[in-house]
Amino acid sequence: MAKSESTLKNMMLALTLIATVSAAGLGFVYELTKEPIALSVLNKKLNAIREVVPEFTNNPDDEMFRLATGEGDSLEVYPAKNNGEIVGYAVNTYTNNGFSGYFSVMAGFRPDGSISGISVLEHKETPGLGTKMAEPGFRNQFTGRNPGESILKVRKDGGEIDAITAATISSRAFCEAVQRAYNTLEKGGLK
Amino acid sequence: MSQLQNFTKGFIRENPLLVLVLGTCPALATTTSSLNGMGMGIATTFVLICSNVVISLLSDLIPDKVRIPAFIVIIASFVTIVDLIMQAFVPDLYQALGIFIPLIVVNCIVLGRAEAFASKNKTLTSLIDGAGMGLGFTMALGLLGAMREILGEGAIFGYKFIKSDGILVFILAPGAFIALGYVIALVNKIRKTSK
Repeated sequence: MAKSESTLKNMMLALTLIATVSAAGLGFVYELTKEPIALSVLNKKLNAIREVVPEFTNNPDDEMFRLATGEGDSLEVYPAKNNGEIVGYAVNTYTNNGFSGYFSVMAGFRPDGSISGISVLEHKETPGLGTKMAEPGFRNQFTGRNPGESILKVRKDGGEIDAITAATISSRAFCEAVQRAYNTLEKGGLK
Repeated sequence: MSQLQNFTKGFIRENPLLVLVLGTCPALATTTSSLNGMGMGIATTFVLICSNVVISLLSDLIPDKVRIPAFIVIIASFVTIVDLIMQAFVPDLYQALGIFIPLIVVNCIVLGRAEAFASKNKTLTSLIDGAGMGLGFTMALGLLGAMREILGEGAIFGYKFIKSDGILVFILAPGAFIALGYVIALVNKIRKTSK
């Protein structure tokens, strides 16, 4: 086939053809991946909830409700129930003070207000430094603490939490996020 | 040039990252660990092979004056496909690579191969060129990622082999430049001695 000339008709034809075929292909792949994407997002959330609260038998995602933080926005609260009895709450909480700004964590609380577990959901912290907050060495020191008795703070700020070496800002933001979850639950009368 | 030479040129002789020094932006940003680096490399390889094949097939159909927009549309479509597939099936890697997946569209390697090679060569040759270049890029990213992970975290593929922290600077941005510099020096040495 001879090389097509750069006439207006040829150019329009070629571009229209390529754009149409591309659009059709993309639509097809989008339809194909829509369900797996939704499923993987849901699974990630359910796994995070399962990780932070005691064993439950209900579907916390169906019973999700929002609680106002008192700072003009609201947090998602997932109640975990075992045979109808509340065993804990998982709170999707966040901070804007991470080293790279926003990150979100799932914080689990027992009905008495003590922390049952924390899992990091989404973050952009520095790999190798701030990312250590997702490792058990750091986040497990929160388990069993009650933010109502002593406010969560790193040692540098006069608190009891050991910050991650070279990632004090991330550690501080992490404490802030969990404290926000607790304060919101308390305000909602749910602790 | 035989097809074998055409395939292997991407690894050392014309390695896109280490010799042509193209695509350094994702190379510096995503190589914080060997797995991230290789994931990025494989995603780029897929796009390179697909776009090379399609562009070499269509090269007679596309008038010269609109070839760049046509190439970009084709490349962007494949990048979006990779983006959706990764989001669906490897969400953790997708999150780690973040913005650099959509940015494959503007990766100089992909457009460079389309313009300089695929639009002038036969389909099979272009496919082999794309595979060779892509795998060469993957190898370079994997090497860089492994080097930074070993030095910076004392780990390889996520398995820690020393208890304490590594040399933290290698995980941060300056370490990426230092590591890339040494790997390029090494490749130059190999190229000189093999001549």
